[in-house]
Amino acid sequence: MAHGGGGRAMRDLIEEVFTDVFRPDSDEDQARLSAEALREPGARLAFTTDSFVVTPLEFPGGDIGKLAVCGTVNDLAVGGAQPLWLSAAFIIEEGTEIAQLKRIVASMAREAAIAGVRIVTGDTKVVGRGSGDGVFITTSGVGVIPPGRDMAARHIRPGDVALVNGVLGDHGATILAARGDLALSSPLQSDCQSLNGLIEAVLAAAPGTRAARDATRGGLASCLNEMAMSAGVTVALDEAALPLRPEVRGMCEILGLDPLYLANEGTLVLFVPEDQAGAALAAMHATEAGRDACLIGRAVEKGTIPVTLRTAFGGTRIVDMLVGEQLPRIC
Amino acid sequence: MGRRIRVRGQVQGVGFRPFVWQLARRFGLTGWVRNDAEGVLIEVSALSEGFEAALRAEAPPLARVDRIEASDVIAAPCAGFEIRASGAPGAETRVAPDAATCPACVEEIFGTGRRHGYAFTNCTHCGPRFTILTRLPYDRAQTTMAAFDLCPACAAEYGDPADRRFHAQPIACPDCGPRLWCEGAEGGGAIEAAAALLRAGGTVAIKGLGGFHLACDATDPAAIAQLRSRKHRPAKPFALMAPLEILLRHAAPSEAEIALLKDPAAPIVLLAKTPGLPEALAPGQATLGWMLPYTPLHHLLLAAVGRPLVMTSGNLSGEPQVIGNAEAREKLAGFADAFLMHDREIARRLDDSVERITPHGPMVLRRARGRVPATLPLPAGLPDRQVTGYGGQMKAALCLSKNGQLLLGHHLGELNEALTWEAFLQADRDYAALFDHTPEAVACDLHPGFRATQHAEGRGLPVIPVQHHHAHLAACLGENLWPADGGKVAGIVLDGLGLGPDGTLWGGEILLGDYHGFTRAAHLAPAPLVGGDAAQAEPWRNALVRLDAAGLAELADRLFPEAPRALLRRAAATGMNAPLSSSAGRLFDAVAAILGLYPARQSFEGEAAMRLEALAGPPEPGYPMGTGTQIDPAPLFQTLCRDHAAGLPPATLSARFHAGLAEAFATRARTLVETGAARAVALTGGCFQNARLLDEVLTRLQGVPVLIHRATPANDGSLALGQVLIALAQLEST
Ligand SMILES: [Fe+3]
Ligand SMILES: [Mg+2]
Ligand SMILES: [Zn+2]
Ligand SMILES: [Zn+2]
Repeated sequence: MAHGGGGRAMRDLIEEVFTDVFRPDSDEDQARLSAEALREPGARLAFTTDSFVVTPLEFPGGDIGKLAVCGTVNDLAVGGAQPLWLSAAFIIEEGTEIAQLKRIVASMAREAAIAGVRIVTGDTKVVGRGSGDGVFITTSGVGVIPPGRDMAARHIRPGDVALVNGVLGDHGATILAARGDLALSSPLQSDCQSLNGLIEAVLAAAPGTRAARDATRGGLASCLNEMAMSAGVTVALDEAALPLRPEVRGMCEILGLDPLYLANEGTLVLFVPEDQAGAALAAMHATEAGRDACLIGRAVEKGTIPVTLRTAFGGTRIVDMLVGEQLPRIC
Repeated sequence: MGRRIRVRGQVQGVGFRPFVWQLARRFGLTGWVRNDAEGVLIEVSALSEGFEAALRAEAPPLARVDRIEASDVIAAPCAGFEIRASGAPGAETRVAPDAATCPACVEEIFGTGRRHGYAFTNCTHCGPRFTILTRLPYDRAQTTMAAFDLCPACAAEYGDPADRRFHAQPIACPDCGPRLWCEGAEGGGAIEAAAALLRAGGTVAIKGLGGFHLACDATDPAAIAQLRSRKHRPAKPFALMAPLEILLRHAAPSEAEIALLKDPAAPIVLLAKTPGLPEALAPGQATLGWMLPYTPLHHLLLAAVGRPLVMTSGNLSGEPQVIGNAEAREKLAGFADAFLMHDREIARRLDDSVERITPHGPMVLRRARGRVPATLPLPAGLPDRQVTGYGGQMKAALCLSKNGQLLLGHHLGELNEALTWEAFLQADRDYAALFDHTPEAVACDLHPGFRATQHAEGRGLPVIPVQHHHAHLAACLGENLWPADGGKVAGIVLDGLGLGPDGTLWGGEILLGDYHGFTRAAHLAPAPLVGGDAAQAEPWRNALVRLDAAGLAELADRLFPEAPRALLRRAAATGMNAPLSSSAGRLFDAVAAILGLYPARQSFEGEAAMRLEALAGPPEPGYPMGTGTQIDPAPLFQTLCRDHAAGLPPATLSARFHAGLAEAFATRARTLVETGAARAVALTGGCFQNARLLDEVLTRLQGVPVLIHRATPANDGSLALGQVLIALAQLEST
């Protein structure tokens, strides 16, 4: 593939791979969007952007394209926004297979349809061999937050319960296995999925929901640390309550990894007032993405430590933010 | 002509002033004595050499006289000899460590006087100090005894300089002092009820000096098994307590060990196991930890039980010891059948100190109750400035420098445990407030993931990061008062692990240096730690990588058939959570695993290495190790495995391993001294808690000056001390 320079080859590429799938409204270089959704007084726009890099590009349960859609949809959804439009910018390394690129783009279109969002604008650049790692995708997203909705970590209060929609670490463990150099054969699939539907269901059942966040890079541990610090509470987790697949638990034990730090791409944590926890859980259980939803801990008065974990024998371990690469600490 | 005499050392709160008062009367001297910021100041009306000599020779049991300076003065005439109130504010900045009940008080509680059977009897020569202190100066109102008003009889003793209880701050009697009771057991008094339950195989939570213990009958396997299962503590040794006459029925301590048991610090002393007591007390270990009763409560209880007791710390797995009554009821309810408690609050949690006697003298393994807050003098040539060292991650303890003294704080524990971390933060505030300490800089480990390092960085003060093993070396130098200009030393640092400046993890090193700096003169050939910290928990991981490196992969396959070897080999090859390390501790783990001494997963830190030490038979020639500055253990593993295949007993293999490791490091260190590169050899790092290794190394260093740890732990418990010394050396040069 030699498609740099914006010449004819590039136009062919865009034609062949992108236009058919994304079908923009016009051939202008901008998307023109209706402001209808903002007409309601008090409605707010939400706007987010994220870049996606993953090796391998395709893995059990997903690929970089699906990841790029879910990631941006989820970033909007956890803030209470209903995602509407995405942009997608591709940096493609020379030599990438067209067939693979087509699969990735088709996967994006499919996931966008599932999430109910439209990819309305985009861009592609081709870089020379060695200047990229196959495909990098940047997606930006626009959504609308309905009037009266204000989800933010700072609203979390002591006494609120922490819920997750499903098992932890599947994505991180899947990617590790899919890289191949460990020759791990694993039945695992990435949890990569859009969560906007699930969040709408929770908000309908538990309107007091304080905040949500997707536990992506850095895992649940990092996400909870951020939330606890911005809320000014301590989050107390119960080790026995953490949902983990036996395969993930086993892989973590062998490789010495902590599943609390494994990345997820379709797992979120919600803080809900205790009296609405039952309703929120029931709403999640009724969705595909929330079948394994459960309570993992609660917010308590702020102590010296943002996130703690009650272990099986009753001790309390500190759950740190991941600082760089984890180095052994035991002398 | 009169004399003004300055006494420095541990001379406050230990009955020093009444001692001086009595001494002055004996020598017929007039004048005065008082405490001040530097210690005790005395003025006497006349010269008396006998008096000055007796100050040192007859000092009270808890006093430590470091220096006496005297000069001639024109003394103001005095009618008699008086004890004066303390000098200026901040005068009394010292407090002695807690001390075991003295013989006179023991006699009283078993006698017929008014303190018969009283569990809180004490005097100026014994009793609680640091554990009841809330603020300095050390005065009853600033201790948790403030809640108890003195009765007239106690007040009279307190005010009489001729009395053993003159100014004994925790003075108490049954009429006015703390009260003892037993919850959950009936019959007779509290002691009798608890004793009956213990004799019947029950577990009792006992509020001691620095925290709660869980006690059971140490001769009763069922009681021990029950406590182990309730505490989820399958194998970690339990400490025992017994009066000396009962202890002697179950152990055969040497004279030095008896002396250490009877030290006012009353540490747990590791004594060689003798047959008789249940193996479950310390499975697979060669020693048992014993201590003598150190409070009247212990004396009374042990006398009533008549058997040795298990005395293990009262805590949830991994958490610090419980100190409050309500906390004990809440947390220990699942472990204990009854609670022996009292209403004197514990102001400060202090674990029992753990020590042992080696052929080369006493050695502290865990420094806490009875040893803290005693200070160490600052080595000559380092600036007298205020610095705090924050230590490491695993056996956290902090260290403060001030007034020419180094205060190494008490053992805190593993900082990733939430309550231990809170105790660390509290200790930082607490020591600073108690000793009026305002550091100009803080020192910490190089490891960014250590919580203590993160805390140091958050202080807003200049941070001096110190390489882990350099700190070990400096701690050993400091304890031995190695002067700042004493020259370079060859430090044999055999340790678990610490981050090196090259980003790999060190732990089997010869560092050539001093407080000012170091170079890495030699080190073990590194191997991957597969699974990071998991390699510490599972000894066989280390055997796998070392056997593979020695060309013995097939043997590893046979030894560990069930283990996920293929996956870990790929993890090692790709560097997936498999950082390189020259750790000596992991070498012990590897050998222990090959000898099959290990559980698949260790239930406590050092379990496999301790078993390997316990197993070592009579001295043997050592296994070979590679030559050069990178010490390759492959030849060691090759010969060890040959012996193993030939069916030689594990005791021989362990002996040869210890000897081989000692030989490799001692030879290189000796060469550094003999070529003039180093002035002495220092032995430090956690592996030197291993008495056999220490002995083997020292045997090979005869004729060379050697520095070892005695009063401070060779393990991470003294890292903070080394950090402070290195920081001071840096401050000096700026
Ligand atoms: Fe260390
Ligand atoms: Mg994002
Ligand atoms: Zn006494
Ligand atoms: Zn009294």
